Amino acid sequence: MRKMTFKQICTGVIALIAVGIFPLLTTNTFVQHIMILFFMFGMMGVAWNIMGGYAGMFSFGQVAFFGIGAYTSSFLLITYHVTPWIGLVAGGLVAAGVGAAIGYPCSNLRGHYFAIASIAFGEIVRTHFNNWKLIGAAEGLSLPMLNEGFKNFMFHSSKLPYYYIMLVFLIIALVICYLISTSKIGYYLRAIKESHDVAKVLGVNVVWYRLIAIMISAFLTAVAGTFYAQYILYIDPESVMLLPVSVQIVLISMLGGAGSVMGPVVGAAILIPISEVTRVWLGHKGTGVDMLIYGFLITLISVYQPKGVWGLFTNLGKRAR
Amino acid sequence: MTEQLLQQVINGLLIGFMYALIAIGLTLIWGVMNIVNFAHGDFLMVGMFASFWLYTLYGLDPIFSIPICTALLFVMGVLIYRFVVSKVMSGPMLAQLVVTFGVSIFISNLAVYLWTPDFRLISKPLLTGTWVIGEIQLSIPKTVASIGSVITSLFVFLFLKKTKTGKAILATEMDREAALLMGINTERINSFSFGMGAALVGIAGAFLSTYYYINPQVGGVFVTIAFSIVALGGFGSIEGAFIAGILVGLVQTLGGYFFDPAYKYAIVFMIYLITVWIRPQGLLGW
Repeated sequence: MRKMTFKQICTGVIALIAVGIFPLLTTNTFVQHIMILFFMFGMMGVAWNIMGGYAGMFSFGQVAFFGIGAYTSSFLLITYHVTPWIGLVAGGLVAAGVGAAIGYPCSNLRGHYFAIASIAFGEIVRTHFNNWKLIGAAEGLSLPMLNEGFKNFMFHSSKLPYYYIMLVFLIIALVICYLISTSKIGYYLRAIKESHDVAKVLGVNVVWYRLIAIMISAFLTAVAGTFYAQYILYIDPESVMLLPVSVQIVLISMLGGAGSVMGPVVGAAILIPISEVTRVWLGHKGTGVDMLIYGFLITLISVYQPKGVWGLFTNLGKRAR
Repeated sequence: MTEQLLQQVINGLLIGFMYALIAIGLTLIWGVMNIVNFAHGDFLMVGMFASFWLYTLYGLDPIFSIPICTALLFVMGVLIYRFVVSKVMSGPMLAQLVVTFGVSIFISNLAVYLWTPDFRLISKPLLTGTWVIGEIQLSIPKTVASIGSVITSLFVFLFLKKTKTGKAILATEMDREAALLMGINTERINSFSFGMGAALVGIAGAFLSTYYYINPQVGGVFVTIAFSIVALGGFGSIEGAFIAGILVGLVQTLGGYFFDPAYKYAIVFMIYLITVWIRPQGLLGW
């Protein structure tokens, strides 16, 4: 991975200024909501990408980390009145720990076997949370209404603070992903993706680097989970731990382009507005039409643009030069 | 206590045989073309609905609609292979994993659109009631379905070992290029195997519809379990899937009996994770 060029940095700065000013130009809360979800799913896509795009571990169990993050901070806030900012770090650490605990025994699994193990992991965590009395079981947790402010990570009068916080989170995730991709770890992960055995023979500690990728990915996903809990103020296993959300995270990365830093952000920018708008327009009747379109879209993307849209851009750029 | 335990073992076997039949279809597809078919549960749902509508509209009992369900699902499988799955066969692995998710969401929501998400039940099937042997209760529709599953599995096994097409399928499973060089039309084998995998859940769907509720999401219950069974039995192994199916049925009911029924699926997934930790290629995989 080469370092960023001056042109790329300029484009990045302009894009950043644009998304920074954007919410000030519109008062439409639905548009702001879509943008917040876009950042959130973009961040989870970036986190997935570290595992899936770079190291080739296709995880379909990301919701487990998302849910663990959401539950840890909410539980600490409700029971011990710990500020969500500490909860956020705690949730990330718990998720990383769980990720390591499950990732270690799975360190020999590749391809489909890893994907299915990750589904099994997600389902185990969901079943457990659905029955765990301490954290409200199937009824979930409602967060108390606290005073608005940065300290409590709660804003009632406007969505703007959420917008900027999530934007900062997304940028941090992107920076982490960029640093990984240009560092030694990034090369090791790509080597593992190309061939597990060859990487091992060449002296890469495969088990260790796979664990690092899982832990970073789990941490970032859990941070998004805490954000979601603070934003919606209510969580239950059926809303934060369902398999389709995991699939959506994978899809975002694939659509944008797995294995590139910006890919998942592009994927989220395309997919989240489409899925939110179709849900609002067509979903309320309960006829399944919104999901029908979504399913059709997934099929189309997999068949016609399986390498992602980002690859399309960079190829065009190369050809133009 | 012993009677209760025996009853649980029998219940486990009865559900296990159905799992086995569903998993054999899945493992066939997986083994031949290396595709994890996430839409498999939705194929099952279509089979159940086909049986339901044949009963409701034409008064045909599920037992007699088995051939129709099988044929219908075979055609559906072949069409989905031709128009969707075959297009990603040479694409990246991630696309192969995700494409059938798209098909799954599409089919299940098409069912919601056409038939509403209501739960349905076949009101008066021919097969109903229970046999009582001592303290043991044996549900008649479940027993017949299990016998049907064993016979079907046996047929699949013999078909693969004895017929020319079956041998071609096994050859493709072992080495696609070599099979191609030997003059096997692997593209046709793919489409046939996909159809056959779907047809097998058509049979399972018809049997299940005699005693199980039917709604557009019903496939989801079976499909994640079926994945664990396939991976547990070993990649593409028919015998493995059959044995693992029964094993999982037993683990699920006995686990629910000894621990907590709410955790019965979680226990299955735990067993799966432990198995692949010790033996990543599954029980009978190579």
